[in-house]
This record gives sequence, C-alpha cells and structure tokens, in this order.
Amino acid sequence: MLIAVLTDIHGNREALSAVLDDCAARSVGRFVCLGDIVGYGPDPEWCVDRVRDLVAAGAVCVQGNHDSAIANPGENLNPVARAAIDWTRPRLPPGQRDFLAGLPLVAELGDALFVHASAHNPGDWIYVTGEMRARPSFNVTAARLIVCGHVHQPALYSCDLRGRVYGHAPRIGAAMPLLPSRRWLAVAGAVGQPRDGVPQAGYLLYDTAANELVFRRVAYDTAETARKLRAAGLPEALALRVLAGR
Amino acid sequence: MRVRPQTGLEIDGFTLGEMLHKGGFATIWEVTHPDHPGPMVMKVPTILDGDDGPTIVGFEVEQMILPRLTGPHVPRVVASGDFARMPYLVTERLPGASLHGLFDTAPLPVADVVVLGRRMAAMVHALHGQHVIHLDLKPANLMARAGGELVAIDFGLARHDQLPDLLAEEFAIPMGTYPYIAPEQFLRQRDDLRSDIFALGAMLYQLATGRLPFGQPERLRGVRRRLWRDPEPPRALNPEIPAWLQEIILRALEVDPADRTQTAAQMLFDLEHPDQVELTHRARKERRDGLWTVARRRWRMSRLRGFAPPPPLIAAQASRAPVLMAAVDLSPDMESLSERILQAVRDQLAVRPGARVACVNVIRTHRIGIDMATDEAGNHIHIARLVALKAWGAQLGLPEGRVTFTVLDGPDPAAVLIEHAGRIRADHVLMGARAHSATRRYLGSVSSQVVAEAHCSVTIVRIPAAG
Repeated sequence: MLIAVLTDIHGNREALSAVLDDCAARSVGRFVCLGDIVGYGPDPEWCVDRVRDLVAAGAVCVQGNHDSAIANPGENLNPVARAAIDWTRPRLPPGQRDFLAGLPLVAELGDALFVHASAHNPGDWIYVTGEMRARPSFNVTAARLIVCGHVHQPALYSCDLRGRVYGHAPRIGAAMPLLPSRRWLAVAGAVGQPRDGVPQAGYLLYDTAANELVFRRVAYDTAETARKLRAAGLPEALALRVLAGR
Repeated sequence: MRVRPQTGLEIDGFTLGEMLHKGGFATIWEVTHPDHPGPMVMKVPTILDGDDGPTIVGFEVEQMILPRLTGPHVPRVVASGDFARMPYLVTERLPGASLHGLFDTAPLPVADVVVLGRRMAAMVHALHGQHVIHLDLKPANLMARAGGELVAIDFGLARHDQLPDLLAEEFAIPMGTYPYIAPEQFLRQRDDLRSDIFALGAMLYQLATGRLPFGQPERLRGVRRRLWRDPEPPRALNPEIPAWLQEIILRALEVDPADRTQTAAQMLFDLEHPDQVELTHRARKERRDGLWTVARRRWRMSRLRGFAPPPPLIAAQASRAPVLMAAVDLSPDMESLSERILQAVRDQLAVRPGARVACVNVIRTHRIGIDMATDEAGNHIHIARLVALKAWGAQLGLPEGRVTFTVLDGPDPAAVLIEHAGRIRADHVLMGARAHSATRRYLGSVSSQVVAEAHCSVTIVRIPAAG
C-alpha cells in the first residue's frame, strides 16, 4: 500500500491542494498527517476541514505544537508564530478546535510510528535536526520506521544493528529502499512552509509493499499564498518565507 | 533466532545445496525453491561474532543496489533475507566460473583481448547508465552468459548516485582490490565513474601482457605508488600488441581521471574503431619514465589530497563525453540537407565539447544482388562513399581520435543505422529527412523508422518548406 505522509500544512491551502492532487494521481491508499495543520498560513479553516475529511476516510493524524497552541495559549512559540496563532484562534469554529485538541501525540500503523516532533517525549516538541537528536527516538520505540515532521526540511536517519545512528542526504524524487537490517527515521518536508530553499510543497510517500520511501516536492502557487498572507495583515516574514522556501 | 548456512538448510522456502565458493566475506550456495524454477545461487555474508562492520555494510550496499539493476550485465535478483534469521541474497546462477581463470592464461591473442575488452566496456557502460559505479571491477567479479555478454557480480563496494553511500559514512580507509583500484579511489573519492575505466584499463593490460600494471601490492603504501610510478608500457612486454591498443590501455590508466578515457562508451568506441584511435605519446612509449621524472611526480603527488570532483550525477558524467552518430546521404540532390546536418553536428559539439562523432553513410543493397565485400563494382562504390564521407566530416575540424567514418550497407537502411547506433552505444543520432512527398507518407521513411526504433535520442534535420 502507498501511504502519503503530510506534515506542517500550516494553513496553506494552495500547497495542500497541490499535494492532494499529486497524491490522487498516484493511487495513494492511505493518508497520515503529522500535525501543524494550522499556524502561519492564511487558510486554517479550509485546511482543518480537508484533514478532517481525510481522517473520516481512514487517515491517521497526530497533533503538532501549533495545533496544541490553539487550546493552550501557554504553548511556547516565537513572536511571529504567536502572532499567527492569535490571528488563527478566533477564526476556528468550536468543532475544528475540538478536533485539533483531541488529536493524539503519536500513532502507529503496522511497524511504523508517526509523531510530530522527536518520538522521545513528543509533547516537548524537540526538533530532530541531526544524528544526536535522532538517537533518542530510536531508543524509545522498536518501530522499524519512525516518521516525524516539525523541522520543515526533509531528512533521513538510520540506526544499524549495533545501535549507531547515521544521517543520510535524502534525494528528492528517488525511491529510497529501507534496508531490513536497519531501523529508519524520516523527517518529512513541510507541505505548507518548506525551509530548505525550495519553495515547493514537500511530502513523503511510503510504499509498504516495495519497502521504499520517496521524498516528493510539488510546485504550487506561492504568489497566491503570499498575497493572502499580506491581505490578512499577517507578518511580512511569513509571505517572504513562502516565496523563498526558507 | 540466527542460523548459519549449511547443506540441507531450509529458509523462506529455499533449500541449500552444496557450497560452491567460500570467499573472505561470504559463502555461495546452490539453492532450489519450489516456486522459482531454474538454477539459483545464494550468497550469505560471513558475519563473525562481534563487530563485523565492513561485511555487514558491504552486504547492505549490495542488497540495496543490485535489485534496482536490470539487463543482461547483472545477475537477476530472486530474493533477499535480513539479519533476523540469516542474511542472504538469492540470484540466478550464471554458467561457469568467474573470469579469474581466464586471466591466469594471459597474455591472450590481441584479437581475443579486443573482443573481451569490448564486452567489458559494454558491461560497464550498462552499469553507469543505471546510476551505478561498481568500484571493484576485477576478473573474479566478472562472469559470462552463454551468449558471451559479461555480467558484473559483487556490488558490495558499489555506489548508486541516488542512494546514500553507506560505505563512505562508515569507513575512513580506501576500499577496493589493490591491483585494480584507481588513484582517486585510493584518495577515498567514491563518486567518479572513471574509477571503473581505470580498472578496465588494468584488466586489459593484464589480458594483453599477462602482468598486472602495478604488481600485486599487499599494503596500502604499495597502492599509493601508482600515483607517481607509471606501469611498464604493454608493448615493451609483448611486442605483438599494436600501438593503438597500448594507447587505449595507457589512456585508461592515466593517474588523473581528467586525462583518462572519459566513459566506457568511448572505450568501446575505440575498441570498435582501432584504425581511427588517435595515437599520442602513450602509443609510442617504449619504456617507463626516468627516475628524475618519477621523483618530481612523487614530490607533487604525495601532497595531493584529491582530484577535481566529477559532476554529482553518474548519468551526467556519462553524457558529458557522448557519442554522436551523424548519418548523412551524400547523393547530389541531398547536398543542402547534408550541409544542414553538418551544422547540426557543429551545434551539438558547441554544447558537448567532449563528444565524439561517428559519421555514417549507408549503401542500400538489394536483397539479391551485389555482395559488397567481394564484388568489384561494390567495392568501388564502397571506397568512393568513404572518400566522400571523409571529405564531408573533415569540415568539422575534429582531431583524428574524435571522429570516425563508416560506410554500411544493407537492404534496409533504417535497420542498418539502428543496429550500428546500438553497437557503438551512440547517445544521439543526427540525420536528415527529405521534404514531404505523398509516396513517403504512405511507405514511411528511413528517418521515421530510426526515430521509432533507436534506443537513443534522434534529431531529424529538415530543410524548411518554402513559403
């Protein structure tokens, strides 16, 4: 089965719909959302509705720190993120807020574990940004594949038979076989706010039959998203970030 | 629960037969499986107790790369197993043993060396076209199919440009087989397809002379010497070796990858056109360089930390030095079209300055008619066409080794062109098409058949219709 993993949608309607179109063309059998559906972007309601539709159709979804911050204003956020969340919160109808508040922190599907940030203490929202930060995730689960988001840049780590952790440069678009002799941790790229210099929506395809991962990028109308961000009066840094992808 | 391989062991439906080979890092077993007909072998890495990193990673690399490769030049993968019970890789069983024994009988007659050289180059070209550098080419890693095509085995040190390089991440020492390892590989560069060209050169040297170009070093220090010490010229060891073959061998063994034959396709091209190999100082070399030259080179090379890196993608490296095939009709009414084809070739050379050009002309023969090889009239036509073709191609102003001229014949010109493009591994065919006519629309043209059936890019040159 082909599983599409979407993370860090961040209220970006254009990016999410481009990714969903791309998935539709590839006979994706199941969706997984790793959270941060809202925050930063100008279309949080539309994005939450789409993810709720996916969940109603069998998708797995976990909670991100921005989703959590809707119900918990005490969540630690940088000033730009806080401004965007304060703008987002009153727009969401109660049903959407309940949906975000009710999401679990981790989910398992077969021998894969899904979580927004580091699997080690998921509620601490630790960024998996290197081999050192990846190791604790391998230590808290026996899952053969861990997939997280939160970093906004795609990355791949493996843990060999002796417990050593290696970082690998992910190749966009190339199928990466998950060697059975290792355990793997993939950081999916952000759908709605990539930060690796490529202003395209990122997501991950996991082919359970072929036992392969593909990091995908999909072009979307960044100009339209930037226009909406500016029209909504959100911080200019957010529009620039969407346009530059960093 | 871990198990060890032994005759009679059953794992995932495979039954182990006798052990066929025991190497340093793995054992090879004959296996059968009720669902998989045909002879198969199982490779089982020899994992010693405790920390056995190199063997494990080598096996992982092969398990990752080999299933992605297709075609006659690699063994077909049937199944693989992980470390939970017993790591293994099952592939089709190839006939006979490796070419190791054949190399022991070297020197071989020059004609045999050339045939083997072409087959080795075709094999390496097929790997490079699939994003893979083998990095451990040697006689023991070559096998042959019944039809003669060579098959590369053991991809434990290989590099796939779209997959992580687990070996580079794991080890700091150079990996390869000492007699055949390229200088840049010794300097731990694992991303250059020209490392395989070097190994091809070392094997050709061995086949032609019966000796290894750099001896059989036992330590890394001995391997390092090839950065400054040149091998004995092949013709000094075996005077029967023609100058052009020495040129091909020594060019493949150049220390700096930039000075080497750039691709396996180019080496194949040279081996297919021996009379058109550009002969340089390498062909004329009679003895090894003098002590003073070597000492100066040693001083320089011992400070070298690496060569200029090649482009990141193996496919891009292979296409930087492409083979262009220009098919041209030299009949009088096609003169202006042949000029346009010439210009199209010039344009290609401007963007691909390392390209070689194969100029080709086809004589259409009738199914029953003159035999081009023996008939006097046929021979005359052949020579006249070759002269005209050379005059046409000379306008490109390319040096001798970069351009070749071939006159082909056959009843079906398109089929002849397609077959030739395949044989010389052309990357790109440039040819002309006549202006539209009703007959051609119904009967089809040579160019449209080439476009439809050739295995490479084809550019059709046409004179725009007036008005």
